[in-house]
Amino acid sequence: MAVDVLKEPGILDKKESELRAAFLYQVSNIPGGEKIKKCIQCGTCTGSCPVSYTMDIMPREIIALFRAGAMESVLNSRTIWICASCYACTVRCPVGIKVTDILYALKRMAMEKELFPKRFPIFVLSKSFVFLINRYGRSYEAGLLLLYYLRTNPLKLFSLLPLAYRLFRKGRIAPFPARIKKRKELSAILTEAEVMEMIVPEGTYPVVPKRAVAPGMIKAS
Amino acid sequence: MSYLYYPGCSLESSAKSYDVSTRWVFQSLGKELVELEDWNCCGATMYMSTKETISLVFSARNLALAERMGGDVVAPCSSCYTILNKTNKILKENFILKAKVNQSLKREGLSYHLKVKARHPLDVLVNDVGIDAIASRATHSLEGLNIAPYYGCQIVRPEGVFDDPENPTAMDKLFEALGGNNVYFPVKVRCCGGMLMTTFPEVALKLNKEILECAVENSADCIVTTCPLCQINLDAYQKKISKKFKIKVHIPILFFTQLLALSMGSTPKEAGLGQNLVPAGEKILGGRL
Repeated sequence: MAVDVLKEPGILDKKESELRAAFLYQVSNIPGGEKIKKCIQCGTCTGSCPVSYTMDIMPREIIALFRAGAMESVLNSRTIWICASCYACTVRCPVGIKVTDILYALKRMAMEKELFPKRFPIFVLSKSFVFLINRYGRSYEAGLLLLYYLRTNPLKLFSLLPLAYRLFRKGRIAPFPARIKKRKELSAILTEAEVMEMIVPEGTYPVVPKRAVAPGMIKAS
Repeated sequence: MSYLYYPGCSLESSAKSYDVSTRWVFQSLGKELVELEDWNCCGATMYMSTKETISLVFSARNLALAERMGGDVVAPCSSCYTILNKTNKILKENFILKAKVNQSLKREGLSYHLKVKARHPLDVLVNDVGIDAIASRATHSLEGLNIAPYYGCQIVRPEGVFDDPENPTAMDKLFEALGGNNVYFPVKVRCCGGMLMTTFPEVALKLNKEILECAVENSADCIVTTCPLCQINLDAYQKKISKKFKIKVHIPILFFTQLLALSMGSTPKEAGLGQNLVPAGEKILGGRL
């Protein structure tokens, strides 16, 4: 794990301060997000996490690195992609930090900046999922897995055939995607939501320290 | 007041048996389930962690539809249940996001004013219908059946709306009242890995092995769960896990509504038992074939 050393103590370079402002804006949207300030570095989140054994940066260290001004290392970590959203950390945190939601915020940022290999599994899975539900209004499991493996590892499809066959015989694989009726209206809603997503009112990040604010940042992402 | 049923995408395909058995149980208890008209995917964890506003719009559309029909949403899938609850919470506390969501929903003539609650069928059955009322309708006792009640994550976390996030007991109490024996099962809220089974299978297989192994060691006859993703992960990969970790697991994984339906006198078909990959054995069926 490479942690960038700060050039001057207390002063962040431009990229880092932009990342920080973007992150703090995301955190300010989480109900109770401001509690991140209260982290006592006890490690309960790491200890509760069922998958921390395979992470490169522990959940506790995520907050430590954010404080140390190393957002870039955090965004490049494997950790944010391994989280399975079980919320064990969130319910156990003694000061009430929404660790899972913070990891989501980091995931969104990493996706926006595409800070991972092109065929990175979870990124591809998310993209395929989003594509399908935008189109049909409902998720289509078989289509999702097919798209996912075609884009990451097509050969794996063969090894999955026996299981797929067993599931199909039991009637657990739908041959066609289910769709909602009002697909046109749904796309209209989504187009509008896409615009809404980009509107970030100025001055909505109350927890941003003055020095770290990059003016005009995150206006249009 | 009727319950607005929101099956969710997986109950239409991979967890059809959950759908069938839930409808059967509610019908035989005389509780009406009206399907939410033209519902869409809740967006699940995957959308929530991709785009914030859009994912909220996705789930809020369902809540807005429910508000128009009037009634609370009943969502059997743990992920849908959590996402809908989370949407309610975020929109309640963040008026800017609420305005953005409503602005988008306006395109379909919808709007949402936070009047809908999202509930899980387990919550409805245990707290609205009541365990005693259910037990009085039971025709087949579960006596002698060792049950491992597995709750998974998202039904009790992050909020723990109707049960304890660390040690939930709703299902334990329900099956105890029906005569079953709940085995010692300390991993009842451990994570099964969810979608990691697709993206990082090595990690998910290990998590599932721990859950299955714990049930087998405590001589459970079946694992009973509330979540479609937990069910398929635990059910479909037992062969692979047995081979990989050199252990022997062969244990039926049922939805809690399936076992409930059986004890209320349904046929195996009405409980959707034909879909389980590891077949429910003689002990569960109790001679009803």
